[in-house]
Formats: sequence, structure tokens, C-alpha cells
Amino acid sequence: MDVGLLGQYVMNGLMLGMMYALVAVGFTLFFGVMDIINFAHGDVLTVGAFAALATILGLAGIGVDSPWIQLAGATLVAVTTMAALGAVIARTLVLPLKGAPPLNTLLITLMLGTALHEGVRLFYPQGANPQRFPSLLPTDAYSFGHFTLRIDSLLVLTTGLLLIVGIHLLINRTKLGLAIRAVAQDEDTAKTMGINYTLIVLATFAIGSGLAAFAGVLHGLYYSEVNFAMGLLLGVIGFSAAIVGGLGNIYGAILGGFLFSALQTIGVLAMPFASAYKDVFAFAVVILIMAWRPTGLISEKISQRV
Amino acid sequence: MTAPQDPRSLAWTIGAAIVVVLYVILLLGVESQLEIAGLLAAGIAAVAVAARFGVVARLGRFLGERDGLLNALVVAGTLAVTAFFHGDAFVLLLVATVIIYFIACLGLNLQFGYSGVLNFAGAAFFGIGCYTAAVMTVHTAVPHLLILFAGGAMAAAIGSILILPVLRTYSHYSAVITIAFGLLFKIFLEVNDALGGPQGLRVKGMNVLGWKFNSNIDIGGIEVSFYVNYIVLGLVLLALAFTFVRRVERSWIGLNLDAVRLDETAAACFGLNITRWKITAFTLGNFLIGLAGALFAMMLGFIAPTNFTFGDSLILVSIVLLGGIGNPWGLVVATAILIVVPEKLQAIQEYRFLLFAAMVILILLFRPEGLLPRSLRTYFPGWRAK
Repeated sequence: MDVGLLGQYVMNGLMLGMMYALVAVGFTLFFGVMDIINFAHGDVLTVGAFAALATILGLAGIGVDSPWIQLAGATLVAVTTMAALGAVIARTLVLPLKGAPPLNTLLITLMLGTALHEGVRLFYPQGANPQRFPSLLPTDAYSFGHFTLRIDSLLVLTTGLLLIVGIHLLINRTKLGLAIRAVAQDEDTAKTMGINYTLIVLATFAIGSGLAAFAGVLHGLYYSEVNFAMGLLLGVIGFSAAIVGGLGNIYGAILGGFLFSALQTIGVLAMPFASAYKDVFAFAVVILIMAWRPTGLISEKISQRV
Repeated sequence: MTAPQDPRSLAWTIGAAIVVVLYVILLLGVESQLEIAGLLAAGIAAVAVAARFGVVARLGRFLGERDGLLNALVVAGTLAVTAFFHGDAFVLLLVATVIIYFIACLGLNLQFGYSGVLNFAGAAFFGIGCYTAAVMTVHTAVPHLLILFAGGAMAAAIGSILILPVLRTYSHYSAVITIAFGLLFKIFLEVNDALGGPQGLRVKGMNVLGWKFNSNIDIGGIEVSFYVNYIVLGLVLLALAFTFVRRVERSWIGLNLDAVRLDETAAACFGLNITRWKITAFTLGNFLIGLAGALFAMMLGFIAPTNFTFGDSLILVSIVLLGGIGNPWGLVVATAILIVVPEKLQAIQEYRFLLFAAMVILILLFRPEGLLPRSLRTYFPGWRAK
């Protein structure tokens, strides 16, 4: 194997891993504060990507041509609207079902996801077909043998890394992060310490959903295409990544995201003849990993109170 | 079981059944979108009024003590509707579809409702039944009635691959495993050329001892649509499946399944073998779903991967949830609503996933026990929970 080609694969793997990690962090944050899985998370990503696309088209429509402003505007709109959507989801669907059987929360988020991507399919113009996502980043590229370093990939990767560092700082260095960690550790004690539980849950959902929107923009930039059904696949992969790293553990989620993309890349490398089966392979790996370590490589702490 | 006889209640019940059958015939018969919408609204209003005056509750209690009567009424009602529309292929296809989906949902009910094993890959197991039927009718000479059971057996066998992961995990983790399997199954069908790829496969119609199910029947000069064959066969299978599920529910097996669902730890403390009961429910459920799928494939004559998406799995789960988890009677109502309404009301056909999703969200928020909640077991006639 040529070193340049290998580098190319590593680069692609890193990009994918970044997306998965951002989605997985959302899952793990929600699980931390509420002990629930938000299966609508992948579809929030889809809606975020479409919100960004609509903003770009809208800005282009009113004559703003600079790709940088378009991109900044789109990202801003997508992240803020999805953060708001996340808070609304938490307020109207997740918090009222607190204490209900887990099956109910699971179903309500699954159905919400269906409603979201069906909404995109039905109400976005031509929503049933894949939409082209404009490539707004400079497309300069430097070639080293078989390895082509594209500026846009590098930019996306750097932004993603900065975002992850930002999340790390937010969780560990700010008062909000302290409150989130406190709620995740012990809800009742956190309440007695004067932490506004509802507010923290809403904030956590806003942060996680904002991250998903960002991942949606990345997805659009990377594949130059968005479609209404992409959230399901990304959601399941992101969730699996979160599980592999141990739910509730942010660093585990990031690790899981990169691990998962590595597995996929290795799968494609090892079996080039079966690249059509790439997703079949990915899901089979999900099932196998969960059969092997049911609550992740870094296990979730389970205590059953009887 | 001898419940106290009450001829007036009996007359009322049969009267109510006739009204319901007439309503269904009217609903299936009218074509204009406006009339259908009006009929649906009138139906909802009538049920609401009846519920307000306690009629529904009294009927439910009366029938709840007389399973046999209810069964007979449903079968008679279905046959009456079928006889009325004997030449109308579209309506009969709908009736047959409702029956087949009902069988599949009975299977799902065994999993969700009794043992609490999650299965979000219902459409995939249904699809396994369909593809088994397709391959076996075209490539083998196995008697077609046996193929139905082969479809169920295949679904149960492939489902057994999932048993280990599902058993080792709980709640959302096992949900993801079944979701992943459902996605995997559909993608596999699409990229696999041997099974027809995205174009799908042709299926031969049912043929029992020279009796061809897929040709119209001629009884005394009256042309009867071939779907009647499938309705009759479907009803027979449904009666078998329903009796089986009810027997399981009422037996000690059902008690054990309930205990496992309600509290695994406590059930284990009382010496129940959780693994065994979960495997039993999961396998039996998948068998019923696969059986329904095989019959469905033979009736349609053509199947493609797009019939077995994750959305279809969610519709199956919605039916179970809407009907009231664990209550097989609720399934009749829910299946009829979820299958018939979007087919008749073409205006909402395109929006059906969205509407079902919204409906389930509302149900979960405001009436989480479903439309017809499962009642407590009554082992003594006339006994009521305080």
C-alpha cells in the first residue's frame, strides 16, 4: 500500500470520525443529564443541514455572494435554530415523560425523528430528492504523491477539533458545565444545591442539538449533498459510537466516533470488492460490539435498586 | 366460564356490532374524499358520545367476560363485509391486508406487550417471510401451505441470530440492535443481486391441491374477486394465531412473561428463567410476523425492498402502541385505523408517516396506555379489580 493513498484514507477517516464524534457527544450529554436516549438526534442533524442550506440559498437570493458570509450565516442559523429546537423537544416531549417507562421515551423520540424527516421530505421544496449542498470552502489542494491535501478538509477538521476543545472547556471550566456534571452525577443532590434542574436539561439539549446542527453542516460540506433520510444512518452510527465509548462519558464518545470511522475505513480497505456492503458491515459491527460489550467498551455504571 | 346471562345486553351488543359493520361497509364503499372525511368525523363523534354516556365501558365489560361472543362477532362482521364487497378487488385487498397485518401485530404484541422484548425490526422479519415465500414458490415444489410456515420458521431462525445481543442488553441498547438489524436487512436486500436487488422479486400465488388462489371464483354466476380466498385463509390463520396468543396470555406462560416484563430482578428472584421466556417470546413473535409476511407476499405477487423500511417497522410498533400494548383486541381497531384510513383518504396518503408519528406522540403524551388499554387478568367470571 502506497503511503500517500494510506494518508488519503486516514484523512477521510478523520473527517468521518469528526462527524460521528460530534453526534455521539450529543447522545452522551443527553444520557448524562436525563438517562434517556434521544433517537430524534440524527433527524435534528438533518433539519439543521437543511436549515443551513435554506439560509445559504436565501442569502444568495438577496445578493450576498461572499462564501464566507454565507457559510457563517448558515452555520449560525442552523446551530441556533437547532439549539432552540432541542430545548423545545426537551421541554415538551422529554421532561413530561420523565418517570414513564423507558419504552415510552424511546418511542416518542423515534416518532419525533420520523416526524422531523418526514416534515423535511414533504415541506422542503423537492425535499424527497437529494439536495446539492454548495461547496463554500476554498477548493485549493496540495498534492503529495497520491495524497491530496484539500484545504476545505483541513479547515473542516480544524473547526471540528476546536469545537471539541470548546466543549471540553465548557464542561470542565464553566459554571454551566459544573452544573451539567452535577446533574449527571446525582439529580436530587444537585437540586438541593440550588441548581435549576429544568434549565440545565434544556441547556444540555440545546448544546447537544447545536452540535448536531454543526455536524449537519459538516456533512453537507463534505459530501456536497444532503437528503432527508441521512439522519437515521448518522443517528444510529452516532449512538453506537457513544455506546462504544460508554454512554455518559464525553471523551469516550469522541473516541468512539473516531474508532467507528476507523472500523468503516478498515472495512472498505480490507474488502474493496464488497464496498456496496459497507453499511451492512458497519451495522453488523454495531450489533457485534453490543453483543460483546453490552454497555460499551468503557462500561456505563449500572446499579439496580430493588 | 358461565357469565350471568342477560338477554338485553346481548341484544344491545349484537345491535352495536351490526351498526359497526354497517359503518365499516359505508366507509369502505364511499369514494368521495369529502364523504370519507365526514364519515370519519361522524365515527369519532359517535364513539366520543357513546364513551361519554358509558356505553363503551359497559359494552367492553360485557364482551370482556364473553371472549367467544366477541370472536364470533368479529369473524361474522368480516365475512359480512367481504360478502358485501365480493366483486370489489380494492376493498377486499384492504380487508385482507388488515387481517395479515393483524397477524403480524399479534406477534409483535407477544414481544412488546407480554415479555417486554423490544423489536424495532418488525418490517424486516415480515420481509424475511415475504422473501422466503418468493424464493420457495418460484424455485421449489414445496406445498404452498407449508411455505407459509417455512416463512415463519425462517423469520424465527434469522431472528435467533439477534437473540444473544438482545438478551445481553436492555431497553435502549436492545432497541438500537433491532434498529440496526432492520436497516442492515433493507440495505442487504438492495445490494444483493441474488434476491432481485432494488427491483424485488415475483411471488407465485397460493395453490392448495389445485385450488388456485389468484384466480377469481365464479359462484352460481356471481363473479367473486380472488382476494376472498386470501381473506378466508387469513381468517383461519388469524383464528389460529389469535387463539394461540390468547391461550399463551391466559396460561402460566403468560404470567411468567408478564412477570419478566414488569420486573426482571424480582422475576429472577422468584426463580423464573428470564432468558428462556425472552427467547420464547422473541421467537414466537418473529414466527407469527414471518408467517404473515409469507401470506402477504403470495397475495401481492410481487415484493421489493422498499416495502420493508424502518418506517414500516415503526408503523407496526405504532399499531401495537395505539391499540393498547398487550391487548390483542385493541390491535383490531388500531390495525383497521392505520391501514384503512390512509388508503381511503388519498389526501393524507403522502403524509401518513408524519401523521402516524404525530398521533403516536400525542397518544404517548396524553393517553400512554393506548386506545383500548389491557385490562387486568380475571380468572373468575364477574370478578372486578377494586
